[in-house]
Amino acid sequence: MTSQSPLAIEATGLVKVFGETRAVDGVDLAVRSGSVYGVLGPNGAGKTTAIRMLATLLRPDAGSARVLGHDIVEEADAVRSAVTLTGQLASVDEDLTGRENLILVGRLLGLKRARAKNRSTELLEAFGLAEAATKLVKNYSGGMRRRLDIAASIVVTPRLMFLDEPTTGLDPRSRNQVWDIIRMLVAGETTILLCTQYLEEADQLADGIAVIDHGKVIAEGTPGQLKASVGAGALHVRLLDPHQRPEAERLLTRDLGSAFLEPDPAALSVQCADADRGAEAIAGLTRAGVKIADFSLGQPSLDEVFLALTGHPAETEPSLETDAIEEEQPA
Amino acid sequence: MNMTTPDAATLGADEEAVRKAISSTARPPKASPLSAALSFGWRGMLKVKHVPEQLLDVTITPVMFVLMFTYLFGGAIAGSTGEYLRYILPGILVMSVLFTTVYSGVALNTDLTKGVVDRFRSLPIWRPAPLVGSLIGDSVRYLIAGTVIIVLGLALGYRSDGGVGGVLAALGLVVVFAFGLSWVFTTIGLVMRSPNAVMNAGFMGIFPVTFLSNAFVDPETLPAGLEAFVNANPISILVDAARGLMEGNPSVGDIGIVLATAAILTLVFAPLTTRLYQRA
Ligand SMILES: Nc1ncnc2c1ncn2[C@@H]1O[C@H](COP(=O)(O)OP(=O)(O)OP(=O)(O)O)[C@@H](O)[C@H]1O
Ligand SMILES: [Mg+2]
Repeated sequence: MTSQSPLAIEATGLVKVFGETRAVDGVDLAVRSGSVYGVLGPNGAGKTTAIRMLATLLRPDAGSARVLGHDIVEEADAVRSAVTLTGQLASVDEDLTGRENLILVGRLLGLKRARAKNRSTELLEAFGLAEAATKLVKNYSGGMRRRLDIAASIVVTPRLMFLDEPTTGLDPRSRNQVWDIIRMLVAGETTILLCTQYLEEADQLADGIAVIDHGKVIAEGTPGQLKASVGAGALHVRLLDPHQRPEAERLLTRDLGSAFLEPDPAALSVQCADADRGAEAIAGLTRAGVKIADFSLGQPSLDEVFLALTGHPAETEPSLETDAIEEEQPA
Repeated sequence: MNMTTPDAATLGADEEAVRKAISSTARPPKASPLSAALSFGWRGMLKVKHVPEQLLDVTITPVMFVLMFTYLFGGAIAGSTGEYLRYILPGILVMSVLFTTVYSGVALNTDLTKGVVDRFRSLPIWRPAPLVGSLIGDSVRYLIAGTVIIVLGLALGYRSDGGVGGVLAALGLVVVFAFGLSWVFTTIGLVMRSPNAVMNAGFMGIFPVTFLSNAFVDPETLPAGLEAFVNANPISILVDAARGLMEGNPSVGDIGIVLATAAILTLVFAPLTTRLYQRA
């Protein structure tokens, strides 16, 4: 309860209502200092709203939270002095260059002019943006924008970082770069609250995960616990011919257990922890004449997590914000 | 299981640099309110530097106004264009600069749709700094609009008894008033849903208020009811004050009222804008 608390974030009963929508509906969180905590949920689950309350951008309608020991309403300024926010829409100024963005943030944080300049050079070089330093950010690719965004968040080292879907819309290479940066940040002292739609991302980075849906925490635990409750992995198969899916479903259910039909009419998946058994099941499909476009053995998708936790797939709703980000593919 | 192994093309190469850049940078003392506001002013200037075309609306429109009023209406209203120019140049100065203030609201509304506002709002800075700073930057635009008018007026034969000092004082006074008035438009900019709506609402307000002043016609020629309105209109007082300064017979009373009005607008609308900005 005091600033000695080993908890970096302590939220109880947070609520935020927009008109009819209970965007966040009684969320409790406890995030240990120095850890990465993942908040996992589909579009519209309330992730961004929760993060914005914790970062003092929205006032909760009910409940309370302490961030690094400071009340988010009563001591908002103290909270702002110790945290940074990397928003879902990249929190950088598109009409300025990358360098100007970093200098601006440095100056606003109180760095002297020369120091702000040096610091911007240091960060641009470290994040592979030196060549693009004098280009306007609106001409950056999605991955460059994200890296600049994160750089802007660490001009002065924050004690806690909020990251809202840092890799949504990025290609695998850019995603890996962002993950690498996050891992290195954690190796420092920084605590990270990470919102994501991907179980794999939470699994790669987080020590603890809360799964939220409709503004409520529906499960909480370590990635290991969560995966154990879902099944360690899944075999994903995509067929050449969607008409063969019932046949494939029958065979996979026989070999591995109840198969799950994915939204893609040619795709299905089934829980499978064992690579050998997975390979045999694939061979079984081929022998039966089912044509396979591709298959992979990997982490359960968010849909499968939801299926396991709630018995129904995540009801995703179209989100303008996410759409906007997905459209900004690398130029 | 296909664990992701960062391929060689990722940050591997400059990992040392990243580590060094990340390794903690101590937090300096907070930026002072002035320094934070000026940083935002700098941001405004940079935008102009990157897209100089945006100065077109503060240069072309005033030029159009001067030419149109002088040559189109000059003969009809004052009998001669030279006489009329002398009467209306202060009025056009006021109108052009005040019209520019609407764009401050439009720009703020546009800003709000961008993610960068979240960063500004989550920084430990003096709360009004982003707004005060942008308006300081915008004041430079007001100054440009005003200067264009005056230079063009001089080129068309305007001569003032107030001399350079009087003209500069008038320009300064108009810009100070515009700074106060622009807080009204930033408030509107935060309440309306789209930049277009701000533009429409802004001009719907500023247009009649400017024309129903003594900027272009002598109020004595108007019907009694309208004359009373025109005389009470703060814009008329601003035009009178600017005229006085430019003609070399400044009215301390008028100037006082203008400065007081600007102060009151700022005191009422700046805190309102700041509150709305923090919540938006
Ligand atoms: N400013 C707002 N006004 C009205 N409704 C809002 C507002 N912000 C969010 N909502 C609604 O609150 C709910 C939660 O939104 P939120 O953005 O927090 O979800 P999210 O988990 O971040 O989703 P996504 O993955 O799409 O980013 C949604 O139904 C959304 O439409
Ligand atoms: Mg979101």
